[in-house]
Amino acid sequence: MAMTIHVDIVSAEGEIHSGLAEMVFAPAEMGELGIAPRHTPLITRLKPGEVRVQTKPGEELHFYVSGGILEVQPHMITVLADTAIRAQDIDEAAAVQAKQAAEEVLAGRRAEFEYARAQGELAEAVAQLRALEKIRKGKIS
Amino acid sequence: MAGGKEIRTQIASIKGTQKITRAMEMVAASKMRRAQERMRASRPYAEKMVNVIEHLAHARPEYRHPFMDTGREEKRIGYAVVSSDRGLCGGLNSNLFRLLVRDIKAKQDQGVEVDFCTIGSKALGFFKRFGGNVIAQATQLGDAAHIQSLIGTVKVMLDAYGQGRIDRIYVAYNRFVNTMTQQPVIEQLVPIHAEREKDLGHHWDYIYEPDSRDVLENVLGRYVESLMYQSVVENGACEQSARMVAMKAASDNAGDLVDELELIYNKARQAAITQEITEIVSGAAAV
Repeated sequence: MAMTIHVDIVSAEGEIHSGLAEMVFAPAEMGELGIAPRHTPLITRLKPGEVRVQTKPGEELHFYVSGGILEVQPHMITVLADTAIRAQDIDEAAAVQAKQAAEEVLAGRRAEFEYARAQGELAEAVAQLRALEKIRKGKIS
Repeated sequence: MAGGKEIRTQIASIKGTQKITRAMEMVAASKMRRAQERMRASRPYAEKMVNVIEHLAHARPEYRHPFMDTGREEKRIGYAVVSSDRGLCGGLNSNLFRLLVRDIKAKQDQGVEVDFCTIGSKALGFFKRFGGNVIAQATQLGDAAHIQSLIGTVKVMLDAYGQGRIDRIYVAYNRFVNTMTQQPVIEQLVPIHAEREKDLGHHWDYIYEPDSRDVLENVLGRYVESLMYQSVVENGACEQSARMVAMKAASDNAGDLVDELELIYNKARQAAITQEITEIVSGAAAV
C-alpha cells in the first residue's frame, strides 16, 4: 500500500474533510504546493483557490478555500480555511455574478482601496469558477 | 374560614410565576439548540488551531513574535472575562467569578497586579462591585456574537501586552461539557505555551512561506481571534443550557409549592365546614 498522510480541512463554520491521502495540492501564497507524505514541517498562508486531496491514484476530492493557513507535519496536514466549500456545492451563478461585479468595479477604478478589494474579490470568484470547471471536466471524461 | 382567601391568592401568584419560568425554559431550550450547533460547528477549527499553535510553541523560529515570548516575569496580568448578559441562569456566572476571585487572590498574594477586560454585562457589574481595574468592555453582544466586536475589546489588552505593560493574558469562560454540566475554566491566551512537554531536545522548525514574520503574525492573530470567539460561543451555549436547567428546576419547585398549598387550603376548608356543622348541631341540641 502506498504511503498516506492524514488530512484535516476545517473552516470556522465546521469540519469539512478528514481522512487519509496520498498527495495534497494547495494554493499557497508563493505558488501551488504539492505535498506528499513525510513532507518536512511547513506553514504558509493560502490564496483563494482549490485544495485537491488525492485519496487514491486517479481519485481526487476538490475543495474551494477563500484563504487561510496550511500547516504540514510529516504525518499530518491541517488546512485552516477561512471558508471552505466542497467544490460540488459552489453556486456557479453566484460566482459568475461576483466575477462580473468585481470586473465592473475594476473597470471603474475609483479609489485605491476599492481597487485592492475588488481585485481580491475577483481572484476569489475566478478561483471558484476554475474549481467548478475542473469538476465538470472530470465528470464528462 | 381561617386564611382561606390568603392561601388562594398565594396559589394564584405562584401559578403565575410558574407560567413565566416555564415559558423561559422553553425559550432557553430552543435557543440552546442553536447555540450548541454554533459551538459544535466552530469547535473543530478552534481545536486544530490550538494544535498548530502547540506545534509552533515547540518549533524554534528565527523570528520571535512577542506572543511567543514566555520568558517574561509576571508583574501585571490581564484577564478577559466572558460572562452572560442576562441573569436567571443558575450559578453559571457566580461559579466563574468564584474561580476567578480565587485565582486573582493567589496572584495578588504574589504581588502581581491585575487588569480586566469584560465581555457581557454580568462581568462588568461584578467588577463594579468587586472593584477591579476594567480597561475594556463589551456588552449586549446578542446570541450570535461577531468576531469584530470581540477583537476590539481584546485588542486593548493585546496592545498593552505588545507594549509590555501586561505580561500575560488569561481568558476566563464557561466550557460546555454537556447540558447539565458547565465547567468554568481559565486559560492562558498569550504568550502561547506548549501544554504537553513532548519531543523536546530535538531541534526542528517549519519552512515558512513567504517568511516567518509574516506567517507568524497571521497565524497568531487568527489564533487569538479563534480562541476568543470559541470561548464566547461556548459561554453562550452554557448560558442557555444553564438557564434551561435553572428554569426547569424553578417550574418544578413552583409545582411542589402549589401542591403543598392546595393541601393546606383543602384542610382549612374542611376544618371550617366541620366547625360550622358542629356549631349548628350543638346549637340545635341547646334549643
